[in-house]
Amino acid sequence: MLGWLILAAALAGCHKSDEPSGGGAEPIKIGEFASLTGKEATFGQMSHHGTELAVNELNKAGGVLGKQLQLLTEDDQSKQGEAKTIARKLISRDNIVALLGEVASGRSLEAAPVCQESKIPQISPSSTNPKVTQIGDYIFRICFTDPQQGAVLAQFAQNTLKVKRVAVLTDAANTYSVGLATYFREAFTKAGGTVVDEQKYSGGDKDFKAQLTTIKAASPEAIFIPGYYTDVGLIARQARELDIKVPLFGGDGWESQELCSIGGEAVEGTYFSTHFSPDEKSPAIQEFVKKFQDKYNVTPDAMAALGYDSAMLLVDAIKRAGTTAGPQVRDALAATRNFPGITGQITIDEHRDAKKPLVILQVSGGKFHLVEKISPE
Amino acid sequence: MHRVKTIFAGRPKTLLLAALAGTFVLWLCSSQINPYYLDVLTKIGINVTLAVSLNLINGYTGQFSLGHAGFMAVGAYTAAAITLFGGPKILPAESSHFFGVATGGLFFGALIVGGLAAALAGLLVGAPSLRLKGDYLAIVTLGFGEIIRVIFRNIDSLGGALGLNGIPPYTNIFWVFGVAVVCTYVVVTMVHSTYGRGFIAVRDDEVAAEAMGLNTTRYKIVAFVVGAFFAGMAGGLYGHYALSIDPKGFDFMRSIEIVVMVILGGMGNTGGVIAAAVLLTLLPEWLRRFDQYRMIFYSLLLIGLMLARPQGLFTWKRKPVLQA
Amino acid sequence: MTEFLQQLINGLSLGSVYALIALGYTMVYGILRFINFAHSDVFMVGAFAGFYLSRYFPRESFGGGLAVMLLAMLLCAALGIVIERLAYRPLRKGSNLAVLITAIGVSMLLENTGQLIFGADYKAFPTLFPVRTIVMPGGLDLSSNQLLVFGVTAALLIGLQFIVLKTKIGTAMRAVSFNHQAASLVGINNDRIISFTFGLGSALAAAGGILYSMLYPSIDPYMGVLPGLKAFVAAVLGGIGNIPGAALGGLLLGLIETFVNGSRFSTYTDAIAFALLILILIFRPAGLLGKFQAEKV
Repeated sequence: MLGWLILAAALAGCHKSDEPSGGGAEPIKIGEFASLTGKEATFGQMSHHGTELAVNELNKAGGVLGKQLQLLTEDDQSKQGEAKTIARKLISRDNIVALLGEVASGRSLEAAPVCQESKIPQISPSSTNPKVTQIGDYIFRICFTDPQQGAVLAQFAQNTLKVKRVAVLTDAANTYSVGLATYFREAFTKAGGTVVDEQKYSGGDKDFKAQLTTIKAASPEAIFIPGYYTDVGLIARQARELDIKVPLFGGDGWESQELCSIGGEAVEGTYFSTHFSPDEKSPAIQEFVKKFQDKYNVTPDAMAALGYDSAMLLVDAIKRAGTTAGPQVRDALAATRNFPGITGQITIDEHRDAKKPLVILQVSGGKFHLVEKISPE
Repeated sequence: MHRVKTIFAGRPKTLLLAALAGTFVLWLCSSQINPYYLDVLTKIGINVTLAVSLNLINGYTGQFSLGHAGFMAVGAYTAAAITLFGGPKILPAESSHFFGVATGGLFFGALIVGGLAAALAGLLVGAPSLRLKGDYLAIVTLGFGEIIRVIFRNIDSLGGALGLNGIPPYTNIFWVFGVAVVCTYVVVTMVHSTYGRGFIAVRDDEVAAEAMGLNTTRYKIVAFVVGAFFAGMAGGLYGHYALSIDPKGFDFMRSIEIVVMVILGGMGNTGGVIAAAVLLTLLPEWLRRFDQYRMIFYSLLLIGLMLARPQGLFTWKRKPVLQA
Repeated sequence: MTEFLQQLINGLSLGSVYALIALGYTMVYGILRFINFAHSDVFMVGAFAGFYLSRYFPRESFGGGLAVMLLAMLLCAALGIVIERLAYRPLRKGSNLAVLITAIGVSMLLENTGQLIFGADYKAFPTLFPVRTIVMPGGLDLSSNQLLVFGVTAALLIGLQFIVLKTKIGTAMRAVSFNHQAASLVGINNDRIISFTFGLGSALAAAGGILYSMLYPSIDPYMGVLPGLKAFVAAVLGGIGNIPGAALGGLLLGLIETFVNGSRFSTYTDAIAFALLILILIFRPAGLLGKFQAEKV
């Protein structure tokens, strides 16, 4: 009996939805979910800053379709299992017209089925695992995919690092890491290289000496670590402690200032691929960097730039569709050709992916420096 | 209220059927309910099943088990394996008239098999734990829970560390509350039967129970097996609701969450445990409005609740338990 | 052989940290028959205390490092005493389970407050003591940090044994752990002894937190969860309530974990550790050094 009373009272409580203040027409609600707290907090925070910057700019310029935009952001705490409920809540209770998110492929995959089912377009700013857009035709991404990233990194290893024997250290608990490792291996072996050893760890582990000792015994010329910055810092340190001197390189999961603070000396000279470099000299990029720095006091990284582009593209699609209705916005998104994003020209292909160039950065003096820009075939 | 009680008093089966009927009606109306609320209701139902099944082990039989999430994992993976791998082979084409019934039957079968697998796990866990008491038992059950989790993390055909994706969305309100109702029915009638008094005897004073000729070993094992069975079904339901499961979601923190529900509800008080399960599922959702302060409020509330009502939120009369 | 010795060193240093944390668990359990869930988070607070305090002291110096460690230990001792006073003492008379939930609540509170104040991202733990790599014969690499971890743990253990066995307050602690009522009858102020125990245990956890962060210099508010669990297992392994047992359990667990991690079965490390624990408990239900308490009717 008591149980039912409580249930009723609580549900009644849930009914109070917060209505936005602000005069005039109802704003257009855009949902966003990101890892604002938790292990990969920098991913979410940077991505959110970028998105927020874009929405503020757009609102200052008058919004879209005569209405202002309202960004509803939810934190998934870098945890598994939250994304689905968040997507449901934003769609069913808060009535968003589209969902932006997430950086991590694993979490994008959680929310995607909900968006697909509800016919709400979802744009992931930087999830690179191919499975994300395969969920359905309402799911888009504006970044490159891991098969492309793997191929480019294989190319980089062959041509720039000039190595033929590479060891791979994968985070077996991370969809992104496992995927990228596979695509790298395929591309690298096809180009004539050899993967001399493959070891696994679980994201969150602190001790990698066992795996590194085995890798060291296989005498690789370089080590590929397709994981997140949270672990790579420690891995690099322990590798140097074990006297492993060969170059280390990885993918866009490395992209965070925290990589340097944790990795310290050990990550100096290492390389990783990502979507954007604030070093690039184009006026659009420099202007974006300045705006971002003025507002947030920190240099934007790839996640920030992609967060910005995702919001810009969404609103552009809404403008082209002339409505916020799901199916029409979806069609407009699918028809995107050469949208001028900060991270490059965005053209959405038939898989709802974007083919974008990659930049290779090197850690030097605690900062990231642009080494080269490679476009996938 | 009293009228309702007298109708059902002494006729547990009628209550059961009425509850199941109510669940069916709720399911029929489910398209009218906002999907977010439906989501929360599903979570509530699953948690209720978990809490009531754990209550049998911890609350009524006094066996401090910290590995309940392990049983849930066994049920979830088994049921998912059946529907994912067996489904395409057994089910008729989608256009067939029988599709709906067939999927329902498949799902039911998968849940049951999941429950049985979990029950087997419960047997394996319960047996060696019998020599141990109190905190040692707790650690061993926790250990088993972790072992189960690590085993699943290493089975690549079930997704390994990445988890199992693409589980068909068979769970709906009817199944969830149906299982919850049946679980409650089974546990309550079991404990209130003459045989069932044995569980409570084991909890209150195991030595005296042995001295009186009760086979305490058998009671403990039965508690584990039945508790694990329903935890397995809850796991199966969870898998077909979340559509993707991974070993990290069945760690000891999950077990702790369920233990909190049982203790908060008052060990051995099924009504209280159900209420606690509802409350503790709704609380984090309701607290979402507080953003980053959410979990802080949650923990403060937890501490406050225990300081205010240490006997459990919903225990009205203190059950006399001898304390030396 | 080299690899074996190397792993041995790694295992012992990890095990030392587990031992330090396990001591806190076992002491509190010995006195109160209660598993202090929040202990692993005091470990975390100790690490963060070290992180922030290190800004006021010279880096890479013995004096500075020692000062930071002592201050962190004091801070966490205070924290432990406060927690006991506010959250556990009111429930001491009641059932054991209520305190358990409160402890879980405190643990979550510390983790989430930590996340709010410190930020959830990983922070780089500074180099407190000067680090040298000592290359031993046979190609073994011993980090000075590892030596420090052994040394500090050994010193703290000896200190603890001294306190417990040779001082008045230690005798009082043992008395309270045997029988609360009798202890208060002979004039022991139970409350004060219990506070002292919590303080002592928390100080050890803080030391463990700093040493752990020296070995693995990436800290975050949830860093205590896994080591805390393992230390708890270690305490039970050694016989909960038994101080030397906790130390033994910690070392053993550290060794097992390291060796399995280096073998083919590295993905099963946790499972193997637990399986061993279960096996040992089946044959020795009170843990390795614990005395099996026959139930008196």
